[in-house]
Amino acid sequence: MVCAGASHGRMMVIAANKEANAQGIHNGMPLADARAIVHELEVFDEKPGRKEKLLEGLARWAIRYTPLSSTDPDGILLDITGCSHLWGGEEAYLKHITSRLQSSGYTIKAAIADTIGTSWALSRYGKGVEIVAPYQQHFALLPLSPAALRIPGEITEKLHKLGLNRIERFIQMPRSTLRRRFGENLLIKIAQAMGDEPEAFIPITIIQEFEERLACMEPIRTAKAIEIAIERLLGKLCLRLKKEGLGLRKAELKGYRIDGKTISTPIGTNRPSDDPIHLMKLFALNISGIAPGMGIELFTLSAEKTEKMERPQEKIWAGQAGLNSQPLAELLDRVAGKVGKNAIHRYLPRADYWPERAVKQAKDLSEDSGISFHNPLNRPIQLLPRPERIEVTAPIPDYPPMLFIYQGVRHSIKKADGPERLERAWWLEEGEHRDYYTVEDEKGNRYWLFRAGHYAAENSAWFIHGFFA
Amino acid sequence: MEQAVKKQVIEGLREQILSMQGYKTVSKSQQNISGLELFAPAFPVHSFPLQGIHEFISESREQTAASSGFISGILSTLMKDGSPCIWISASRKFFPPAAKRFSLNAASIIFIDLQNEKELLWVTEEALKCEGLAAVVSEIPDLNFATSRRFQLVIEKSKVTALFLRENPRILSNTTCLARWKISPLPSILPEGMPGVGQPSWKAELLKVRNGAGGTFEVCWSGSTFEQPQKENIRALPIHELQAG
Repeated sequence: MVCAGASHGRMMVIAANKEANAQGIHNGMPLADARAIVHELEVFDEKPGRKEKLLEGLARWAIRYTPLSSTDPDGILLDITGCSHLWGGEEAYLKHITSRLQSSGYTIKAAIADTIGTSWALSRYGKGVEIVAPYQQHFALLPLSPAALRIPGEITEKLHKLGLNRIERFIQMPRSTLRRRFGENLLIKIAQAMGDEPEAFIPITIIQEFEERLACMEPIRTAKAIEIAIERLLGKLCLRLKKEGLGLRKAELKGYRIDGKTISTPIGTNRPSDDPIHLMKLFALNISGIAPGMGIELFTLSAEKTEKMERPQEKIWAGQAGLNSQPLAELLDRVAGKVGKNAIHRYLPRADYWPERAVKQAKDLSEDSGISFHNPLNRPIQLLPRPERIEVTAPIPDYPPMLFIYQGVRHSIKKADGPERLERAWWLEEGEHRDYYTVEDEKGNRYWLFRAGHYAAENSAWFIHGFFA
Repeated sequence: MEQAVKKQVIEGLREQILSMQGYKTVSKSQQNISGLELFAPAFPVHSFPLQGIHEFISESREQTAASSGFISGILSTLMKDGSPCIWISASRKFFPPAAKRFSLNAASIIFIDLQNEKELLWVTEEALKCEGLAAVVSEIPDLNFATSRRFQLVIEKSKVTALFLRENPRILSNTTCLARWKISPLPSILPEGMPGVGQPSWKAELLKVRNGAGGTFEVCWSGSTFEQPQKENIRALPIHELQAG
């Protein structure tokens, strides 16, 4: 298996795994050559930035071993000063890291040394030795190839040409000679590897998640105490959100109980909010659902989704704000928190004649479909979820019926409108067309009736579908 | 002249007594918002009260439909400024496309569909707390005095209009409603000789009005406002004798 990417107009092998290496494929080989060696080569296209992303991910993951973690061109670099004893010494520490990485499928080499340069050299060119004792980096470097000093390829080549193929061969040479022949850079790299020159270490910065923790002195069991805990967490979180100009869309409260169980309570809002009072109300609806068991010892509140928030100007007169008013959004949040989001509906016209499909659900409060309802003047104010069968007396085709019987009550029709023929969308469903009539009975009740199918057809039937105001 | 002055003084005193009794009339500028002045005479101080509960009793599906239409008419006047309305129900049949007939923007009505009565009462109370709403419509079949009192207290703060549609209530006990309506459909009115079904017409009975006389109105919806029907036009021809074309 290899990773391949374009370089100088042709596909080159960028990285190859162990099996490919064993077959003679190495990095920097044209892909065509590699294919010639191994016919069934599996090739992955290199995406720009993938390596950096992977390394950064690993560096982030390594934060668990040390607070200072960083990436270098093809590896990760950890400053483990004062950390290894927590894993029982450097050996156990290194073993832990390598085995963890190996178990997730990485082939890695690692080394520990006093300086960045030496550990870099050993992890790439070292054989066997993984941990260099303090102040022993000089001896550890001696048997290595000059490339281990992180010097440019042409200088390495020059050194090899002169027979200086191990560091011990030239490290004793006078500095002035080395400088004259190979430049200042080599001297700096040697000094950095030995620890005579300082070298900068730039750790990666972890983006702080919006999470607040509250550890309790004593396990908490009462609703009031939980409320206070949530209030405190919200206060802190909202202050941070406010500083960043963000608002909360989704949050989760987790309580760690002393019996080892974790309970979580999620909340969601319709629009970003950083108002602790409003968010508290959303949590308050769910406090009764929090089972403290033996007691909760730790609360965490994390903002899972945040959004940029437009801070409204303080208004002197709170006018009618329509659908985007803050109180309305807060009300809907509370309702969604109590009875579920699916209970809230807002309808927009849909471009469809069929009554059952005439409306669609709006996704949010600001959506507008831009069209208007089809024939709204002729639609009943109440629509039955399913049309109900009625019995009719209809003497003439294409005329409204004279009377109909619905739920055992006889209505004789005095006025009528129609028919309005609606065809089914054949690409969606099969069935008969409908001929709709608006009718009014002798008492003034108005109904929406239809006949499914043609007048004389065998399967034609009459239904009531709605009530007019 | 003297009598007119006396009458004015008495009216003023009456108003004072009402306000002492906790009956809030809308401020003068809002008084008789256009479209509802037709019903004003039935209410105290000749103004249609908006801060409180209006109940609509219905005994059949047809009456529920008529009440929905009547409520839509009231909503269209209340929502003219673009403020939203919340419609709470446990078994909603309201069909949004019909809102257009009542010059109502269906997109600014938020429907909340619930499963049981407990949720219905909770959501209704929460909605009534929300300021800036044109009205809260709630389909509550049963409402007792204690609950209505709770709602009333909430409304006094938020000043939202509550319209409760009560289909087939089990008991009609006393509530704190401002008015109890019963809307039944009337035969629609068409100009002489015209075929078809005309504009919706209703008989709006005010069964109960707090501090008011009550009354019965025959109204029809003209497409944009409530109107008194023109009686002389009512003469329907039998449809089966009308010839098409």
